[in-house]
Amino acid sequence: MRFLLTAEQREFVRSLDGMLTASGTPAVARAWAAGEQKPGRELWARLAATGVCALAVPERYGGSGLLPVELALAFVELGRHAVPGPLAETVAAAAFLERLGEDAPAEAWLPRIAAGEAVVSLCAGGPYALDADAADAVFVIESDTVRRTDTHGPVQSSLDPARRPARPLGGGVLAEGPAVTAAAAHAVEVARLVTAAQCLGLGRALLAATVSHVKQRTQFQVAIGSFQAVKHRLANTLIGLEFAQPLVYAAALAVAAGAPSAGREVAAAKVAAGEAGCAAARTALQLHGALGYTDEPDLSLWIRKARPLRDAWGTPADCRARVLTG
Amino acid sequence: MDLDIAPADEAFRAEARGWLAAHVPAVPLPSLETAEGFAAHREWERRLAADRWSVVSWPREHGGRDASLLQWLLFEEEYYAAGAPGRVGQNGIHLLAPTLFEHGTDEQRARILGPMARGEVVWAQAWSEPESGSDLASLRSTAVRTAGGWLLNGQKTWSSRAAFADRAFGLFRSDPDAARPHQGLSYLMFPLDAPGVTVRPLGRLDGKPAFAEVFLDDAFVPDADLIGAPGQGWQVAMSTAGNERGLTLRSPGRFTAAAGRLAALWRETGGTAGTALGERVADALIGARAYQLFGYAQVSRLAAGGAVGTESSLTKVFWSELDLALHETALDLLGPYGTLADDADEAPAHGSWADGYTFALAGPIYAGTNEIQRDLIAERLLGLPKGRR
Repeated sequence: MRFLLTAEQREFVRSLDGMLTASGTPAVARAWAAGEQKPGRELWARLAATGVCALAVPERYGGSGLLPVELALAFVELGRHAVPGPLAETVAAAAFLERLGEDAPAEAWLPRIAAGEAVVSLCAGGPYALDADAADAVFVIESDTVRRTDTHGPVQSSLDPARRPARPLGGGVLAEGPAVTAAAAHAVEVARLVTAAQCLGLGRALLAATVSHVKQRTQFQVAIGSFQAVKHRLANTLIGLEFAQPLVYAAALAVAAGAPSAGREVAAAKVAAGEAGCAAARTALQLHGALGYTDEPDLSLWIRKARPLRDAWGTPADCRARVLTG
Repeated sequence: MDLDIAPADEAFRAEARGWLAAHVPAVPLPSLETAEGFAAHREWERRLAADRWSVVSWPREHGGRDASLLQWLLFEEEYYAAGAPGRVGQNGIHLLAPTLFEHGTDEQRARILGPMARGEVVWAQAWSEPESGSDLASLRSTAVRTAGGWLLNGQKTWSSRAAFADRAFGLFRSDPDAARPHQGLSYLMFPLDAPGVTVRPLGRLDGKPAFAEVFLDDAFVPDADLIGAPGQGWQVAMSTAGNERGLTLRSPGRFTAAAGRLAALWRETGGTAGTALGERVADALIGARAYQLFGYAQVSRLAAGGAVGTESSLTKVFWSELDLALHETALDLLGPYGTLADDADEAPAHGSWADGYTFALAGPIYAGTNEIQRDLIAERLLGLPKGRR
């Protein structure tokens, strides 16, 4: 057993973090929220160039995957940098198409997803498809049927302005039957895993920003970070994230191995990372005070993401119920 | 990155499982915190040691198996999954022994470790004093030089296991003129039945004499029972403090086993998902798994040449809160039976949930309060400025 990132994995994370830092992601997220997708699509292409999109696509369709561990690591960084777009949905749609075993849609979409040319959304079990207006295709799964559509209802604004859900409309049936149900379960598992990873990265960024704030914010002639009430809140935030991280890694390993426990492990990771990310957002808001409750600083982009991400692809209640199914 | 258990480690785990299945008492031993139970637990330590299962991670020459840290974690998982008795020797095994391995002499190791491993000598800790709890370095008990050794004076208190144990270890002020409170302390071991030592058992919250006050009145300790150099006691004690807070005191196996039993209890009591209690059972399972995985990551880091430092404070807060939440959930599931004391005829599971609850209440206090741990986390891991405690 060596339950640690390998040197290659650490290097992958480091280079992705560097690329995203240099990409000015807050401006990309603000543009995306305003319905301007060009900066987001350009960033998507740069992500594809680092190989992120290929991680969800098997080699025979031009990818390098499915590599759940590397995907999880990538999504921690995407969360850390508040990258907008249907990232989890595209990855999950790729997992769905690969598992479905139908040649035509796989050949049509998987190579384009791997190359970063196709942005795809996925609607499975809920009313909305995320960022349907920005997607080249929306796959809609209802019980044992999958449809593909490129029309949708009006975009609904959400608590995270960079998340733009809309109802998918119409579309033609691609496939039906038990294979759809099985592939959908796999896709939801992958979506849930990478969303958990995003929550973890988001929480890490919020904690780092808040630690740096309380070191320099002075009240009563001292840095507020010297107060116990402040310290303990930050310590709790770190504990939440530190114990969520191994759950995310173990869930990725379980998905990679196709382990029977994978569904439970992914659900556990999603509960822990979702709650830890949300708690980090509450801590960030509280310790930044009124400054944190202000839209203008970029911190608001991270704070507003936390709650929707916690609930996406399996609310904590759904995931806790999944953990209990044993 | 992987979580694979190598064949040799699986074989080790299987051997432990087999031994435990054949030897763990079918009916739980009487409470460790009674004279009768203490004796029964001491006998259990002897049986463990006879087949080299009491200190698996120690070198063979001291009664161990040279097991790796991962193997130790696996042993602990098996041990608690089998419902094996609590470890009466744990203060010695997990607190004193690491200090002896790092700072003791060959003579001390040869003399002390064997009887400790066999439960022949059970050790109590003697850190706290009536006026020195979290601020341990303010302690006032003294060690004064005398021919061939030291004379101890003062009072120790909340000394776990001291009511029935044989010997104790702790810190004493040997240089009252040292510039700072952390300096001038010495780490000494002493017999609890020596002339000048008076032990007065203290009832813990449920009245059981789980700890004691220890009064020292010119109690003699030979030089051979000083660990490290005189005046270096704080450094000696703190170098292994991580052992107490972290993995070794409360191994993940305890909590994976307890969470599994909680889930079974939830099913027996007609458990439905989606209820508030169901969510808390799920959280116990998730927390126990998180701690187990954190442990695997920690032993992987150690095997790769890393060290356990302040992260033991993360661990301490996490397991103590997990333990309490888990037992509170069990009591809620048991309804009117939940608050029957462990010696009540009708207490479910031989009172193990009630006893575990009482014990868990102490978790956020001992081994450094969780408030102190959060200060350490904030200052040492997050780099926040020191402030008033």
